Amino acid sequence: MNISRRHLMILLPAAAVAWKHVLAGTPEDSPNYQMSEHWWGMLIDIPKCIGCGNCVRACQTENDVPDGFFRTWVERYHRTDWHLENPEVISPDGGKEGFPVVKAGEEGMFFFVPKMCNHCADSPCTQVCPVGATFISPDGVVLIDQKYCLGCAYCVQACPYGCRYVHPTKKVADKCTLCYHRITKGLTTACCEACPTGARQLADLKNPNDPIHEFLKTHTVQVLKPQMATGAKAFYNGLDGSVR
Amino acid sequence: MSGVEGYIYPNEVTLYWSVLIVLYPFITGLVAGAFILASLERVFSVEAVKPTYRLALLTALAFLLVAPLPLVLHLGHPFRSPEMYFTPHDTSAMAMFGYVYMWYLMAVLVFEIWLDYRREIVLLSQTSKGLLRLIYQVMTLGSSNISAGALHIDDKVGWIVTLVGIPSAFLLHGYVGFIFGSLKANPWWSSPLMPVIFIFSAMVSGIAAVMLLYMSTTKLRGQKIDMRCVDTVAMYMFYIFIIDFSMEMLDLVHRVYEADESFRSLNFLVHTKLYFSQIVVQICLGTIVPLVLLFLTQVVKLKEMARKRIYILSGSLALVGVLAMRWNVVIGGQLFSKSFLGYTSYKMALVTREGLLVAVGLTILPLLFLWALVKLLPPWPDKSLHEAATGD
Repeated sequence: MNISRRHLMILLPAAAVAWKHVLAGTPEDSPNYQMSEHWWGMLIDIPKCIGCGNCVRACQTENDVPDGFFRTWVERYHRTDWHLENPEVISPDGGKEGFPVVKAGEEGMFFFVPKMCNHCADSPCTQVCPVGATFISPDGVVLIDQKYCLGCAYCVQACPYGCRYVHPTKKVADKCTLCYHRITKGLTTACCEACPTGARQLADLKNPNDPIHEFLKTHTVQVLKPQMATGAKAFYNGLDGSVR
Repeated sequence: MSGVEGYIYPNEVTLYWSVLIVLYPFITGLVAGAFILASLERVFSVEAVKPTYRLALLTALAFLLVAPLPLVLHLGHPFRSPEMYFTPHDTSAMAMFGYVYMWYLMAVLVFEIWLDYRREIVLLSQTSKGLLRLIYQVMTLGSSNISAGALHIDDKVGWIVTLVGIPSAFLLHGYVGFIFGSLKANPWWSSPLMPVIFIFSAMVSGIAAVMLLYMSTTKLRGQKIDMRCVDTVAMYMFYIFIIDFSMEMLDLVHRVYEADESFRSLNFLVHTKLYFSQIVVQICLGTIVPLVLLFLTQVVKLKEMARKRIYILSGSLALVGVLAMRWNVVIGGQLFSKSFLGYTSYKMALVTREGLLVAVGLTILPLLFLWALVKLLPPWPDKSLHEAATGD
């Protein structure tokens, strides 16, 4: 192919721009997304959860979660009386296919508790990572650089909530990313989108117009294991004292 | 779900820290303990233990060379492990491993052994033949001055290195305890006493190992065991064992009396899944029996043969007890759910990368290294070398 001087003058700058992108890696997916303008969390409204398992299924499909491991799961608590330390808890296959029907006449309180990474602001998992492969992003999401993770599982041991696991084939730590690939494009998480009752709501704590602020002001909200002082950002409405 | 009792978080079914992570603190503990024994003679002038000095140093080196292997083999991506050196995360206790390890290996142990053996290395580089001669020549690092003045400097520097080595040995193993003790998510591990318990149990296991190695190698060489030396080593082991046991009991009593939210779960664990390894092996067989036996040697005048048998038995039991302690910490700490509502099980594989065969291999490997080191740098006086040095 003969290239004229005119074509060369056009092609060279184009090649330079293309080369710059090659060097820089994958181009930014969401060019208008400013990390510094967000601080993500999640509101989980326990009285609204019906234990359908839609969230677990949606998460597994969206994030290609391996069988037997969970980025999110749902527990069903059964508390009969004042023995808060001894609730009966089940989560068959992470609650993915729902729960067995409660027999008529069974006493006590039944309720569902969706669980996921709490995206802690003072996360013990990121603290212990020997190479900093897991980190808190500037917009408050705890993420893992899986190309950097050694697979030592120290972070799995350090998480008080059991939210992490070592991926059985990738051999690196894995967990909920708060669907980072979605929320940076202005979408909500897969679990929130799939929830039929609005029991899960993505919350942007830096956005003054986010309904989370009004909700937190007017409801009794708690985080899991507050004694761990992890700065958890999964806020639970109606959290019973028996929940672990 | 098989192996699961009660309710555990669904990601807790698998145990991620296997028998290899049990071996890691056991092996580093032997290193730290053996070095502390060596320092008794060098820094604290306990002349009676001199026959074990060099053997203790070589034992420490042999085990230290193997210490990172269980860690690296356990990693999901072993080839990424150098990142811990290049880009360590400053808030991670584990990130310091590479630096603590290299410091201890190169700045303390190898340096001290080199200084202590320099005279022999130079003489061997002159009297050996073939490949060995070349190896010894490399080991001299180009320094063949073994005049009285030079050896005096070696001795002084060696003393300083040992002095620095004592806190380094504490750092090496105390730090291993800190890796576990600093995890607030796990009540079985989370304790400020953990590094202290690790250090003292390390000293017990290291001293026991060197004592047994000294007795067996002396027997194999057809030499007479120096009973004054072994009695002194056993006495130190007994006193350190008492401190170790007191610390462990203090931790236990504190947990029982405080009885926090995890107590019911942990108490159940100790009385069921960990009953054999903790109550029977660690506390009864591995601690109380050797303590009573060693106590007898301190208060009753026993014959030499009886003392030897007691030392062999109590040393072996102490080693088993410390290994059981590491097992109970590492595996025990993963058997209960952080929900405190259930338990999982550990099924050790046989031939996988983290299986039993690899663990056995990693336990034997330091002994092979020690054999090679002893061949290269004999820890006992060599008559022919003495003759070569004096020109007889």
